[in-house]
Amino acid sequence: MFQDLTRAAAPGSSLAAMAPGLDWHLMLESGDDSFAVPIRDGAVITVTQGPFVMPSWQTRIVAEPVIWAEFLAPLPRPGRHDVMALLRHGVMRFDGDLHPLMANLLYVKRLFEALRGAE
Amino acid sequence: MSVQIEPILGRYARIDIDGTPHRIYWEEAGQGIPLVCLHTAGSDGRQYRAVLNDPEITRHFRVMVFDMPRHGKSSPAPGTVDAPYRLTSDAYVTQIMAFCKAMDLDRPVAMGCSIGGRIVLHLAERHPERFRALIGLQSSAHVPRYYDTSWLDRPDVHGGRICGAMAYGLMAPQSPDSEKDETRWHYMQGGPGVFKGDLWFYQIDGDMRGALGGIDPTRVPIHLLTGEYDYSCTPEDSAELAAILGVNMTVMPEMGHFPMSENPLKFLDFLRPVLARIRDETA
Repeated sequence: MFQDLTRAAAPGSSLAAMAPGLDWHLMLESGDDSFAVPIRDGAVITVTQGPFVMPSWQTRIVAEPVIWAEFLAPLPRPGRHDVMALLRHGVMRFDGDLHPLMANLLYVKRLFEALRGAE
Repeated sequence: MSVQIEPILGRYARIDIDGTPHRIYWEEAGQGIPLVCLHTAGSDGRQYRAVLNDPEITRHFRVMVFDMPRHGKSSPAPGTVDAPYRLTSDAYVTQIMAFCKAMDLDRPVAMGCSIGGRIVLHLAERHPERFRALIGLQSSAHVPRYYDTSWLDRPDVHGGRICGAMAYGLMAPQSPDSEKDETRWHYMQGGPGVFKGDLWFYQIDGDMRGALGGIDPTRVPIHLLTGEYDYSCTPEDSAELAAILGVNMTVMPEMGHFPMSENPLKFLDFLRPVLARIRDETA
């Protein structure tokens, strides 16, 4: 479900340009499914679906599949339209080192927006 | 001359707030009933540009928008720029009352959004006789602390970028991009620690849950308008407040936390009837 990030935030893309110098081991979890999303200089290099043996990541963003589906809908409903809204309603969790996420918050929001309607 | 010049006038006033001299910037337009507009945490009076520019409103109302100290063009009090900043209920009420007194306003209407929507509840409790009516946008008695506000002011995170990103998410997807960009730009221009300091009032000091019994809407009418996409002050939060106070609350579809700024023309459709009612009630 996150595969399109490699196209949306490819090297040289306007999205990658929003986070120059950002090298980040991001892990996205949707229920039991895990997706490793390495980011180099703001660009998403690969999206690899687990399961992983001894996974390593800096930051993990976790939500149930139904929440991800609502969040990534072309026009999300109120309370499902932003990662902070999901946090506020207790349906998304941020784990690990949150500095890359918070220091690049608009970039992260744009990353997910790029997936809206892509399914 | 073909240039379009807006009817808004902006000036500075020397105002003593609780005995301390301040240089306060305000903008105004129109004539008639004073309408004092209060901006949100970490932003400034530009949020009310559409209200100031609406001839239907300014025909009957003297719209006045001041930047709180440390916000917009109002500097901190002399010698306090490096001082820790936490907005308190007392300080916020004092600022508003000082501005109204300095401008010699006779029972103005006060309209505030977010922290401004909260402080109108404090005004209703403490000074109901001093206001003709109060309008709370995104108004609730309390909001929970759902994120760590220390992220908004630390040396390894750009304050403008994170405050702008926070504001971005609070707006509705349907609001026009140009207005959303304007709204988050105000946040990106805020001074260091100001948004975080304002949230001290919003999340901690300004909690009104135990004080709503001290508000009597028969002494000062209270009108509540809330955007449906706001997840900070949700429509449910405002509805709970309205039920306790026994006042009406209107949910504004397809709008978020900054209705007057993120979708100003649509917001005016909701505000004009409220102002017409206030005019009728106080005629």
